[in-house]
Amino acid sequence: MNWEKLVNELFPEGHSVNRAGEMLRGEGKLNGATVAVVGTAEHAYIGVELALALAGEILNVIRSFPKRPILFLVDTRGQRLSRRDELLGIHAYLAHLSSSLALARARRHRVIGLAYDEAVSGGFLAGGMMAEITVALPEVHVRVMDTTAMARVMRIPIERMLELERNSPVFATEAGSLHQLGGIAEIWNGNLAEHLQKVLVSPPEAVDTRAEKGYARGGRLYAAPVISRVCKHA
Amino acid sequence: MTFADNSSARRSYYEATGRQRIAVLLDRDSFHEWIGPRERVTSPHLKLFDVPVSFDDGVIVGRGTLDGKRVFIVAQEGGFMGGSVGEVHGAKITGVLRRALIERPQGVLLLLESGGVRLHEANAGLIAVSEILQALLALRAAGIPVVALIGGAYGCFGGMSIVAHCCNAIVISELGRIGLSGPEVIETVAGVEEFDSRDLALVWRTVGGKSRYLLGDASRLVPDDIPAFRAAAIDALLQSRTLDMENLERDHERLSMRLNFYGDCKDAEEIWSRMGIISSRQVALLDEAELVELAQSLPNRKVI
Repeated sequence: MNWEKLVNELFPEGHSVNRAGEMLRGEGKLNGATVAVVGTAEHAYIGVELALALAGEILNVIRSFPKRPILFLVDTRGQRLSRRDELLGIHAYLAHLSSSLALARARRHRVIGLAYDEAVSGGFLAGGMMAEITVALPEVHVRVMDTTAMARVMRIPIERMLELERNSPVFATEAGSLHQLGGIAEIWNGNLAEHLQKVLVSPPEAVDTRAEKGYARGGRLYAAPVISRVCKHA
Repeated sequence: MTFADNSSARRSYYEATGRQRIAVLLDRDSFHEWIGPRERVTSPHLKLFDVPVSFDDGVIVGRGTLDGKRVFIVAQEGGFMGGSVGEVHGAKITGVLRRALIERPQGVLLLLESGGVRLHEANAGLIAVSEILQALLALRAAGIPVVALIGGAYGCFGGMSIVAHCCNAIVISELGRIGLSGPEVIETVAGVEEFDSRDLALVWRTVGGKSRYLLGDASRLVPDDIPAFRAAAIDALLQSRTLDMENLERDHERLSMRLNFYGDCKDAEEIWSRMGIISSRQVALLDEAELVELAQSLPNRKVI
């Protein structure tokens, strides 16, 4: 879904969300409350500048609007793959974004990550996946790495890679598979404003329950038991 | 082989396994492992590829003491699938970090050596790295120091580079490398003209320990010697850097300044020259102590 249609459906009462380059920012009104909106569009490759700008926007919200809910919109093809970004330490910039989102949560902002188009690797990991609750539209594509690159790095034929994507939730690229693994909490169909409102009025999730969700949904049967074993081990 | 017996002998961190690193790094005989190899908790995803499993899934976790302080420790084993993070591997690390939030040790040491997400476990590996990241940042917000040590043969790449940077401090050796996308991945996707992964000098200048230290992304540069890593880790644990507004504003300022000063640089040599280093060959030739001394004398090295 394109970002304009998305924010119009999320905030039928009105919003001021606009796009500057590949970055989205603004405010939305929902049932009289204000929601801060930050995110990316146009399948952004997230490089050092964009990561810094996103973190700056999150810090602005924390500074100026204590406890205002933050909706982080995800449409990214992942980190920008360039020697320059690596030279400047792109991991430090993405870590700064992750830390800013973690601080927002520690300061009692609700943080909701909504993947609405592409959700790939580093960009998704440092942004939308740092939310307290990450949700997705059904048509979202999730990836760890571009399929061709993945086949090359793993040294397996591309046909085998595509077959894996069709048959295994671990390799599949549709939102449903990530949901089964617990990586996203909900898939939002239909009335988006209602979905958002429901999350906003629900009590915040204090701890990360993705491993438990993955276990309950049969997608990741090892993560939750292993985490729990380490926590209880003599 | 214990630290106390021959502390003067130099022991390469680069060449050691994860278990050897732990044995020398922590106080003698203090390490206690959780879910060790005897329990045989292995990856369920590797059968599909006929890849042999490892009884610890490439990561060793547990508790011990460091200079008398109660610490939790994680050591990734580069020798097994490049230290990559799969479902079980990641869950062991997340378990340690969550346990630390409850039991509040005096610090957590992460001996990172990883290519990032284990591609054979794709989405499950990606979520596992995200779970590590969330648990780590929750610990940081609670004020428990976490220190990353990087100096293994496989470097620290992919999502684990973000994890490293979310720690209080990074201790690195010249041989340590840290970056998000590995040179091979960039070369595969963007072409050899973007990044020639076989140009080793270029790789070291871009992602190597000295370069990261000069830029301010690693707080300590140490020789390739486990006791040197130990000394730096003891020191780094004393440094408190809670996840709070003040520290994040400082990071923001520092990262903004970096783009202003060095954003148009094409090569590390240009960055170093702007810092005031006259010859980039100097950087390659100096040992760690000499480089640290040089870095501290540079008026134009913009790190805070």
